[in-house]
Amino acid sequence: MKKNKITLTNNITCFLSNSFLVKMKTSLKYMRSPPTPEMATQEVPLNETLAHLKTESETLKSKLEEERAKLHDVELHQVAEKVEGLGQFVMKTRRTLKGHGNKVLCMDWCKDKRRIVSSSQDGKVIVWDAFTTNKEHAVTMPCTWVMACAYAPSGCAVACGGLDNKCSVYPLSLDKNENLAAKKKSVAMHTNYLSACSFTNSDMQILTSSGDGTCALWDVESGQLLQSFHGHAADVLCLDLAPSETGNTFVSGGCDKKANVWDMRSGQCIQSFETHESDINSVRYYPSGDAFASGSDDATCRLYDLRADREVAIYSKDSIIFGVSSVDFSLSGRLLFGGYNDYTINVWDVLKGTRVSILFGHENRVSTLRVSPDGTAFCTGSWDHTLRIWA
Amino acid sequence: MTINTLAKGGCHREQMACFRKMEKVIVAMQDPDMGMKMRNQRLLITVIPHAMTGHDIIAWLTHKYRISEEESLHLGNMLVKYGYIYPLKEPRCLVLRPDESPYRFQTPYFWTSTRWPASELDYAIYLAKKNIRKQGELMEYEKERYSLLHKRINHTWDFVVMQAREQLRASKQRRKADRIVLECQEQAYWLINRPPPGVNNVLDTGLERPNNFSCRVTLNSDYYKREIEACRKALGRNRVKSSICLEGFLKYSEQYLNHDPIMQGCLPSNPWISDDTAHWTMNAEIVPVPTRLRVERWSFSFMELLNDAMGRREFMTYLEKEFSAENLYFWQACEDIRHGESSKIVEKVEDIYKNFLAPGAARWVNIDSKTMDKTLEGIKRPHRFVMDDAQMHIYFLMKKDSYPRYLKSDLYKNMLAKAIVPQETKKSVFPFMRRQRHSSPSPAQTATQAAEEEGLAKGAGANSAAGSHF
Repeated sequence: MKKNKITLTNNITCFLSNSFLVKMKTSLKYMRSPPTPEMATQEVPLNETLAHLKTESETLKSKLEEERAKLHDVELHQVAEKVEGLGQFVMKTRRTLKGHGNKVLCMDWCKDKRRIVSSSQDGKVIVWDAFTTNKEHAVTMPCTWVMACAYAPSGCAVACGGLDNKCSVYPLSLDKNENLAAKKKSVAMHTNYLSACSFTNSDMQILTSSGDGTCALWDVESGQLLQSFHGHAADVLCLDLAPSETGNTFVSGGCDKKANVWDMRSGQCIQSFETHESDINSVRYYPSGDAFASGSDDATCRLYDLRADREVAIYSKDSIIFGVSSVDFSLSGRLLFGGYNDYTINVWDVLKGTRVSILFGHENRVSTLRVSPDGTAFCTGSWDHTLRIWA
Repeated sequence: MTINTLAKGGCHREQMACFRKMEKVIVAMQDPDMGMKMRNQRLLITVIPHAMTGHDIIAWLTHKYRISEEESLHLGNMLVKYGYIYPLKEPRCLVLRPDESPYRFQTPYFWTSTRWPASELDYAIYLAKKNIRKQGELMEYEKERYSLLHKRINHTWDFVVMQAREQLRASKQRRKADRIVLECQEQAYWLINRPPPGVNNVLDTGLERPNNFSCRVTLNSDYYKREIEACRKALGRNRVKSSICLEGFLKYSEQYLNHDPIMQGCLPSNPWISDDTAHWTMNAEIVPVPTRLRVERWSFSFMELLNDAMGRREFMTYLEKEFSAENLYFWQACEDIRHGESSKIVEKVEDIYKNFLAPGAARWVNIDSKTMDKTLEGIKRPHRFVMDDAQMHIYFLMKKDSYPRYLKSDLYKNMLAKAIVPQETKKSVFPFMRRQRHSSPSPAQTATQAAEEEGLAKGAGANSAAGSHF
C-alpha cells in the first residue's frame, strides 16, 4: 500500500495511506454543506453604464484626494512641537458596575453627570447611579443584542434598540411597581438592526443608524420619520451629533470604511472621508466641532479636520493589533480615549500623536466608552459583563 | 465590532486582519537574526527542542516594541490566547507566565487562521483519539461533546474511529519528544477552537450576519450617481490650509486645559476619586454663586454662554438693561420650534409671529427686510425650519454685538469677581476610610414631582396624565 508522507509540522511527519487520503477527501466533501446560491454565483457582469459610473466615481474620488492634499502644508505633530508634553498619567478604575448577565454593548451618560444607562446582549437595559453603583431602573427588551442606548437630555427617558430593528423610548418612572415596558414607545423602524441612537438637543427627536445602511431622524411623539440619510454602501455602525452653534450636522461611520458628515435638515451628505482600512466602529466630534475622531477595526484612530477637509492625524502603534471599538475625547480635546478589542484602553495625546498611557482591567473586549458630560471621568462597558468608571 | 459580517468564503474579516498581524509578530519572533533565542527545555525526563521561557517572550516584546513589561505581558498573553504560542507545563491553561515556564511556537498547520473554521469531523477524530489512547482521559465536558457528536455524525462514525486509530498508530512510530509536541500542539488548537465551558471564547466575534455586506445597499446606478454628485460638490468646496486649522486645535486645548478635570484635576476634588460630591453641588445648574472657572468659560464663546443656564440668565439680565432682550427671547422661541414636538410647530410659529414679527408686536425683533420677507412667506406654510434664517440673523447679531459688550460690562466683571474658587480638599487623615456615597434625586423624580405639582394646581380631581400612578 502506497504511503504518502505528509508534512504536518516543522519536525513531525505523519504517514497516511493513499486509500485513507481518498476516503478522507470524499468524506470531507460529503461533510461540507452544498454551496448556497450566494456562494455559487460569480460576479454578475455589470452592465456597461454601471461600470462606467463606477469608474467615474473612483476617478473623481482620487481627484478629490489630490485636491485635499494640496493645502496640507504641515502635520499636526509638527505644529504641536511647541506644546508641552504630558507627564505621568494615572487613571484607575473608581467604580465597577456589576449586574448585567451578558456582554455590555452600549452605554450613555445622563446630563446630571453621574447616572448612566447601559444595554447588553441579553436584552437588559439598566439605569445606574454610577456614583453609588445602585441600579435605579431595569428594562428587559423583547430582543437580544441591544446594541444602542441613549439617555434623554431631560434625564426622564432612555432610548434603546438592536436586533428588533427598532428604537424605543422608555419614560423613566420612579414608581417601583410600574413596569417600564408598559409605557414603551416605538419610535424608529429600520429594515435591519439598530446600531446606534442619540437624542438631539431635546427629548423630542432621535437620530438613529442601522445595519440597513441608512441613518434617520425621527419625531418621538408621533414616531414620524423626519429625514433619512442615504449614502453609506454598507451597515452604518455609529454616529455623533455636532456641537456646533447652528447645530445642524452629524457624522456617521460604517462598514464601508467611510465617515460621512450630514446636513440634518436637507438629508445631504456634505463631506465624506474614506481613509480607514476597515470598518469604522466609532465616531466622535472634537469638542469645538471643527473635527472628529474615528476608531476602526484596522486598529487605528484617526482625526479628520472639517475645515481642511482631510485626515490630519493617525493614532496607531505597532504593538496595537486589535481593533478599536469606541473613542471619546477628554473635555479639552487634548486626550483621546480608545476602547480596544484586546481588553485595553489606550490614551492618546491628540496633538502630538503619541500614546500617553495604556489601561488594563477589563477581562474581555471593551465595547463602549464615553467621557462624562463634565469630563471628570469616563465609563467603559465590556464583554466581561461589567462597566467601569475611570478617573 | 459587535456585528460581524462574513465576507465571501466565510472568513470573518475583522478576525482575519488580527490573525495576520499576530502572525507577523510570530514570524518576527522566529527570525534567525532578530528573533528569540530558543533552547532545549526539559519536561520531566524528555528534552523538548526550540522552546523558550515566558520571561524571554516578554523581554523580546518589550525590546522590539519599546513598551512596558506590563504591556508586553498583555500582548504575549494575547498570542497565547489565540494559540500562536502554547505552554508546555500546564498545557490546559493558556496563560503567559512571566517566569521560567516553557513555551513553544504553534505550528502553522494548527494556526486557527489556517484551519478555519474548525471542523466537527476533525474534533470528533481528536476526541476519539483521546478516548482510545487512554480510557477515561476525556474531561467531563469532552465526554459530553463526544456523545453529542456521536449522535450528530453517526453515519461517519466508523470513519472517525478508523482515522483516530490510524493516527494513533502513526504517532507511536515517532520519537517520544515529537509525540509529546504534537499532542500539545493539537490540544492547544482544540482548547481555542472548542473552549471548555466557563472559558472565554476568544474566537467569539459577536453577532454574525452571513450576508455579504453589499447585498444590503444595492450598488446600483443611483448609488454611483449620488457618489459622483457628492464628489463634484466636494471638489468645489473651500478648504482651509492645514497650518491654520491645526493651530486651532492647539489654541482650543490650551484654553480649556484648566477646565479639563482629567488633565488638571478639579476643585475641590474629583467626586469619583474622593467620593465627595461638592464639585457637583458647586457646579449645579443654578447656584447662588457660580465658580470662577465657570464664569470664565462664558467668555470663551457665545455658545458656552448660552449653553449654561446661569450664563444665559445673566445675559438676559444684561440685555434687559440694553432693551434688546427680545433678541434672546426670539432665539429661544426658535430653538423651541426646532427641537420641539412636531404637533406644536404650527401653534408655536403663530406665537412667534404674534410676539416678535408682526408689525407693532410687543417684542418686535429687528431683522433685515430680505430675511423678514422670506420668513413671512415661509410662515404661510409653517415647518420645523421656517425660522432658521431669522434665528441665525439674530444669533449672529447678538454674538457680534451684545455678547462682546456683555463681557466688558460691569455685570460680567462683578460676577467674575464674586465667583468662588473652591479650596482643594486636603487628603483625609484616615485615607482608608471611605466616605459615604450619597445618592442624589433622579432627574426623572424632579420632573415627575414638578408635573405632579402642576397637575394638582390645575385642579384636584381632574385626571392629569402627568404624575398619576398606574
